[in-house]
Amino acid sequence: MVGRAQPVSTWPGVGAAGLVAALILGTLAAVALRAETAGGFGPADWSALRFTSVQAVLSAVFSAALAIPVARALARRRFRGRRVLITLLGAPFILPVIVAILGLLQVFGRAGWISDVLGLVGLPPLRIYGLHGVVLAHVFFNLPLATRLILQAWQEIPAERFRLAAQLGCDGGTMFRLIELPMLRRILPGVLAVIFAICLTSFAVALTLGGGPRATTLELAIYQAFTYDFDLGRAALLSALQLALTVAAALAALRFSQRDGFGAGLDRAIRRWDGGAPVRDAFWIFAAAAFLFLPLAAVLISGLAGLFEMPIQVLRAALTSVLVACVSTVVFLTLALPMAFAVAAGRYGIVELSGILGLAASPLVIGTGLFILIHPVANPSTLALPVTALVNAVMALPFGLRILVPAAREVVTRHGRLALSLDMNKKTFFTLVLLPRMRPQIRFAAGLSAALSMGDLGVIALFADPQIATLPLQIYRLMGAYQMQAAAGAALLLLLLSMGAFWLLDRGGRHHAET
Amino acid sequence: MLKLDNCVVQNGSFSLQADFSVETGASVAIVGPSGAGKSTLIEAIAGFRDLTRGQIFWDGELISNLSPGKRPVAMLFQDGNLFPHLTVEQNIALGLRPNGRLSTEEQAEVQNALDRVSLSGLGGRKPAELSGGQQSRVALARVLVQRRQLLLLDEPFAALGPALKAEMLDLVAGLLAETGTTLLMVSHDPQDARRITQETILVAENHAHPPAPTSDLFDNPPPSLRDYLG
Repeated sequence: MVGRAQPVSTWPGVGAAGLVAALILGTLAAVALRAETAGGFGPADWSALRFTSVQAVLSAVFSAALAIPVARALARRRFRGRRVLITLLGAPFILPVIVAILGLLQVFGRAGWISDVLGLVGLPPLRIYGLHGVVLAHVFFNLPLATRLILQAWQEIPAERFRLAAQLGCDGGTMFRLIELPMLRRILPGVLAVIFAICLTSFAVALTLGGGPRATTLELAIYQAFTYDFDLGRAALLSALQLALTVAAALAALRFSQRDGFGAGLDRAIRRWDGGAPVRDAFWIFAAAAFLFLPLAAVLISGLAGLFEMPIQVLRAALTSVLVACVSTVVFLTLALPMAFAVAAGRYGIVELSGILGLAASPLVIGTGLFILIHPVANPSTLALPVTALVNAVMALPFGLRILVPAAREVVTRHGRLALSLDMNKKTFFTLVLLPRMRPQIRFAAGLSAALSMGDLGVIALFADPQIATLPLQIYRLMGAYQMQAAAGAALLLLLLSMGAFWLLDRGGRHHAET
Repeated sequence: MLKLDNCVVQNGSFSLQADFSVETGASVAIVGPSGAGKSTLIEAIAGFRDLTRGQIFWDGELISNLSPGKRPVAMLFQDGNLFPHLTVEQNIALGLRPNGRLSTEEQAEVQNALDRVSLSGLGGRKPAELSGGQQSRVALARVLVQRRQLLLLDEPFAALGPALKAEMLDLVAGLLAETGTTLLMVSHDPQDARRITQETILVAENHAHPPAPTSDLFDNPPPSLRDYLG
């Protein structure tokens, strides 16, 4: 609408987008060139491809199917703590994967709580390793996401429809067919595609709960090609395959999910007259809450005991993780803010595109590419930490931009004309208007970025030598050495650090937001 | 003198022609059916819309190639005339210096402007702590310190009640008389136009007509205006 002038500069954002695109596309090119020199696919590679797809399909189907009754219950019941519960459904997004896995092992593992109960009545213990363990962990992470997405669609049904249906005397079943089923038909493909895409690139879950010839994902196979065989050509070939898969899935996810399901207000409970059985709704809410909170409670309980006997490596790793998270967040903001401003000022094309490139490439694929690029000129393990911080920042971009771009757009459209008519220059607009107006979103995005980086167990596993570790990697190593007590303590520390980093950065962002 | 020389403004599929001049110091209303292009016209003069044809001059100087902030124009929009996170004083200061950093003399000027719009002592408040009428006064105080030769009003008082709106218009008229500023004011209400303007530009059927005496126009409205007035 605004003619020629804009109150914000677009070139820093275009520059940042160019850097991101160069990094991602450059590493992909390195992967592709290297992959050509390798041999063809072996049976192990095909089985990795098959397992990757199967577990992602199952994870998506279970997450979405279980989310429907939970979302329905949350949509039509009002109870104390409902709002807190819905907010907490967002928490797994920043929960370190390795922490959740330790919690799941405590609850569902061979020596876990449920196995203990089963043992009392003479039943054999649960087996969590393999396909069902991987799917269980993925459902743990994605059931909350699916619930939030579906709940949001539920709440967007105008209250008038329910009023009309109630006035016509529709019972629960009729109302479901008439109003809710069409909504689900519209939203479910997007939910399934998003979760499918997320589960394709899951590395830490497969690393800890999968493994072996029958439960190896492509990401895990890339890692193994690195660490066991140091076969860069094979790692590159697998990366190319993984890339093709994720690009296809990301395109499908973008195509099916037009709407943004993140961080929206979910506080309206629509008044319903069809009642239904409160017991059934209560069951679903209770079951979902237990499924999500029991593993966290397990981490808390077992971690408290281990918190005071942490080896010195854990503390050193914790310090490393804090450092990496700080650097990563700074890099993230340096890239994301100019990009968000550029998109808000009308430079969509290249900037938005390179913002979502991170969705197409997985951390391990980028890590492989960087390794191939760095290997000839330097020892990659000396660059393990900078590379981890950088990759984490780029991986946080798609989420960060989803938070920052709408806010930046709003500020530019609401205040841009006034700034222009006052002849305000771009620097003044930036410091006097843009930054203060966007503070809540900037803090929120920075908090997410810091927490994601703190909990990340991905590219660091490729680059690190035994002397160096972030806290998630250190926990994995402790688990591998069967030091479960120390691992539990470290996991609690990591949980506190991740949530603490998020809280510290995000705090005040919303509460002291100036109106 | 403001001169629109054979101008065409495009807004989507809609286009507006304008070819007229306004004398320096005049107060002119812009009326017409909604959707006829009143805001489009005023935005083109302010520099928020590009001309597809023609040129705009102020006192013989070409201004249509200048960016909005470089034109001799102060503008009040329908809403969003104040930055909500800045204090009243900071908002007014932006009219003097677009970076908001003032010398002692300039600070005194801000206080004078506050006095002039009867808001002395409220300089430290945020816009949300003021009533709608007070917010309009702050915006007018900023217009005052901007010292631009042409003031464009795109219905900034539309959300105020009738009495308050009349009060604001009288305040505007008083400020104009003091400073010799030229006024162009979009209006829906013949009463507003009669209150502070001598001339009126009728915008109808893709055309901005030259200014005509306000009272003549409303006493003997042409057919397009008659339909609108009902």
